[in-house]
Formats: sequence, structure tokens, C-alpha cells
Amino acid sequence: MLETALFVILAVFTVVTAILVIVQRNPVSSAIFLILTFFSLAGIYLLLHAEFIAAVQVIVYAGAIMVLFLFVIMLLNLEKEKRLVARNRLMKGVGIFLGVALLIQIGMVFQHVILEGAKGKFPPEKVAALGNTQVVAQLLFTDFLLPFEITSVLLLVAIIGAIVLAKREI
Amino acid sequence: MVSLSSYLILSAILFSIGVVGFLLRRNTIVIFMSIELMLNAANLAFVAFSRFLNSMDGQVIVVFVMSVAAAEAAVGLAIIMAMYRTQKTVNADEMNLMKW
Repeated sequence: MLETALFVILAVFTVVTAILVIVQRNPVSSAIFLILTFFSLAGIYLLLHAEFIAAVQVIVYAGAIMVLFLFVIMLLNLEKEKRLVARNRLMKGVGIFLGVALLIQIGMVFQHVILEGAKGKFPPEKVAALGNTQVVAQLLFTDFLLPFEITSVLLLVAIIGAIVLAKREI
Repeated sequence: MVSLSSYLILSAILFSIGVVGFLLRRNTIVIFMSIELMLNAANLAFVAFSRFLNSMDGQVIVVFVMSVAAAEAAVGLAIIMAMYRTQKTVNADEMNLMKW
């Protein structure tokens, strides 16, 4: 009962703040509302008993990535947008239509597909006994070791790429 | 007990909001924020499936998605800054250097 109530509150908060992100004229307000969206998503991850992901969501997304966004907004010194959306009214209509069509499509998939699959080997009780972070770390350093190492190369490429792009003279 | 489909519907709604924001907004930084919203919707679906299918693989993949999102944000914002330096705008409509 409490779980359902918490889910409804967090879900409504997530959707409302997500809508506010895309309707704000000022990019700084958009960023602040996006941070709120990330925080409520972290709450939803807690409801799903994914404590590690919830913590990483707050630290990496709400902490690092959004600070990067706010930093760039401050560096560029943007004024408020005069127009919220595209000047072309047709483009506006097409954009909203495509979004709604996509939502209906995904909804129809959920209605017609049986959401069942082969059960894995980590039932909630086992994860609770072992500890969520321990299980994630164990998988990360055994089954997913190669993707993990490739991710570190990707981050290195991103660091070099960002420096090269942002530098005035190389 | 909240069912799997309610989490997936929330994820679908978040993804659609991201798509609408991406298609409607002209500020490149807000377009980037819409992409982050869509990535988060995918993450939510991953975590929900991982919970209801008794598998932890979904949560591990979310860690990878987050690192890809961080790399994407760093490089993308660097591109926006380089663009602003040459064009003095972040409006996607006015970025037409590579237009035929």
C-alpha cells in the first residue's frame, strides 16, 4: 500500500518535472527541473530495490552531468529564448503528433505482449542477502569485464575529444 | 505491489516527453537535456525488467548507459561551445554551416 502510494507520488512528480523541462524558456530553469526529475527517478530506483543505481543516479547524473550543463549555460551567457519552439507552426504540430503517436505505439506493444521471460538467478531475497552493490560489482568484474574495460576507453576518448573540441588553438 | 507494466508505462511517458522536447525545442542545450530524459527512460525500463525477471544484468547495463551518457554530454557540450564561438548562437535553426 505504502509502495503504491510512493510510486504514484514519485511517478507524477517525475512526469510533471519532465514536462516542465521542455516548456521552460530559460535553460537554467530547464536544468534545475531536470535535476528534480533525476532525483525522483532515484526514488523510483529505490522502490525497485536498486540502491546502487539510485546512488549513482544522484552522484553521476544530478551531480556531475547537470553541473556540466549548468557550467556550459553560464559560460555561454544565454538570454531567455524569445520563442519557445520553432517558428514554423507545421513543425510544431508534427513534433507533438510524432510524440503522441510514439506513446500510443509503445502502449499498444504493452497491451499485446506478454511481459514474461526466463527468470534469472537473482531473486530479490538473494540480492537482499548478498547486498545490491556487491552483486552489481561482482557481475561488473566477471561477466561484464570486457564491456567495462571498453567503457574506460570510451571515457578516455571522450576526455580527449572534449578537450580538443573546446580548445581555441590546438 | 506495483506491477511491471506501470513502471514501463512511466518509462514510455518519459521517453515520449523526451522525443517531443527534442523535436520542438530549438535551443541545442535543451535538446541535449531531452536526450538525457530519453536515456533515463531507457534506464528505468532496464531496472524494472531486472527487478521483475530476477536478473541483475539490467542494473549492470544501466551503469554502462550512464557512462555513455556522461561521455556524450561532455563531447556534445564541447561541440556546442565550439559552435557558439564561431556562430554566436545555440539555436539549432541558425546552425546551417553544413547545409547544402
